[in-house]
Amino acid sequence: MKDRTKYFAYPYVLWIIIFIVFPSFLVLLYSMTTKESNGLTTIQFTLENFKKFFNPLYINILWDSIYLAAISTVICLLLGYPAAYIISKAHLSKRNTLLFLCILPMWMNMLLRTYAWMTILGNNGIINNLLSFLGLPTFNMLYTRGATVMGMVYNFLPFMILPVYTALSKMDIGILEAADDLGANKYVKFRKIILPLSMPGVISGIIMVFMPAVSTFIIPQLLGGNKNMMIGNLIEKLFILNGDWNFGSSISIIMMIIILIAMSIMNKFDVDKEGGARLW
Amino acid sequence: MVKKYLTKIYMGLIFIFLYAPIIVLAVFSFNESKSRGNWTGFSLKWYIELFQDVDIRNAFYYTITIAIVSAIIATILGTVAAIGINSMKGKIKSIILNINYLPVVNPDIVTGISLMILYISFSISFGFNTMLISHIVFNTPYVILSILPKLRQLDVHMTEAAMDLGATPMYALRKVIIPEIKPGIITGFLMAFTLSIDDFIISYFTKGEGVTNLSIVIYSMARRGVRPTINALSTIMLVVVLLLMILINKRSNGVESRKKINKSEVFK
Repeated sequence: MKDRTKYFAYPYVLWIIIFIVFPSFLVLLYSMTTKESNGLTTIQFTLENFKKFFNPLYINILWDSIYLAAISTVICLLLGYPAAYIISKAHLSKRNTLLFLCILPMWMNMLLRTYAWMTILGNNGIINNLLSFLGLPTFNMLYTRGATVMGMVYNFLPFMILPVYTALSKMDIGILEAADDLGANKYVKFRKIILPLSMPGVISGIIMVFMPAVSTFIIPQLLGGNKNMMIGNLIEKLFILNGDWNFGSSISIIMMIIILIAMSIMNKFDVDKEGGARLW
Repeated sequence: MVKKYLTKIYMGLIFIFLYAPIIVLAVFSFNESKSRGNWTGFSLKWYIELFQDVDIRNAFYYTITIAIVSAIIATILGTVAAIGINSMKGKIKSIILNINYLPVVNPDIVTGISLMILYISFSISFGFNTMLISHIVFNTPYVILSILPKLRQLDVHMTEAAMDLGATPMYALRKVIIPEIKPGIITGFLMAFTLSIDDFIISYFTKGEGVTNLSIVIYSMARRGVRPTINALSTIMLVVVLLLMILINKRSNGVESRKKINKSEVFK
């Protein structure tokens, strides 16, 4: 029986070869060839596309993307950890509701959530109108880097709360009781037990916030304005506006490598290899 | 006591942060003027304008159709694939699982451009088909990932027993395996459906002439500046999502509380 059901996977194997493996190979191929090479006969290999990236202009965009994504991740962790802790400590009847309220915004279209901040932060937006109503000076908030970070924190905060909550709720209360019995105070208990045991959740939270944050192009586009380009915007611009697939592909490859490096670094810190606190 | 209030205030602030933008959006969808900061009076004109907008109606049709069709195909493809992958062994299995994981870990923008390059390389014209295929490509891995754990929990002896009692392999599959992994299949379907409805980036790179979805319409409208019709649209979408979530939550809460009752009986 088992031997024969194996063949069930074959249609899907064919599917992933056509639609996942082959397209990835095409991206790699484009990143290493010149624009002039059309068709397989006149293909010309080059590393020019990667070299071109080491222009300060593009390196700055890359650093800026990593920097903004990292800041957003740290803010999400600082805001999300206490929230996850409070939810995990809440009474059982309340816990599901609190969790539901944290997840609900995630089910709303991401573009709408980002758009909502445009109406709040804009020059004629809610905050500025409120400020001028109170006779206070108004601020220019929309189309700044701060607005981009704010949009990322807003969009990805649930991705931090959820895995941390899962890790905290799986914790054995017996261990905490034992620590109490042995005379540990609150801070020792947190530092020596709760924090280490919640690390798998924290790590998946960091990955789940950092990954979409570093590659997003909607949030900087809508909230950051044209001045604040991130790596995702650059890729989109190269493919859609400039039609420079070769350079665009090489940047995509670089972005994939960065994400793989970030993930393997985080996985090194992951104590609990088997039962990572994933979303599902 | 103080601590209790502090946690309440903290959670309150988090929820204000999460919900204030959504509430603002909903409230201003009923605003008469185009201004987003000033309330000038109640009006339904943005809703009327929304229903008269052909682009939005079109996009709505494609969003729903693609979500349903792609979720159904992804569920069938994924279920069959998961059963196959589960009975595989060794290196090939881990290679397939890793490739399957690629669209999950890859940034959407990379998946989007790689599919776009594929279609252009084979001069496939962009439109409904390209968008549908792309959605199936990124949906199916999630279906497989939600079914595989259920298959691992499955008792192998059950299928063996069924076949000892004279069931053909296909009959055993239909009557034993499928019912056992049904929760995983349903989760996978729902996940595929919601991912498809919500997708922007991959659709953006694989859309065609006249075929868009709601996310793309919102994006192009938002880029042109803030428009109250989007507020109306988002309010409707929010209400629908809210109702759906409450329904799903009720269903799973029912299951959970039943489980809890069973557990408490065990501990007696």
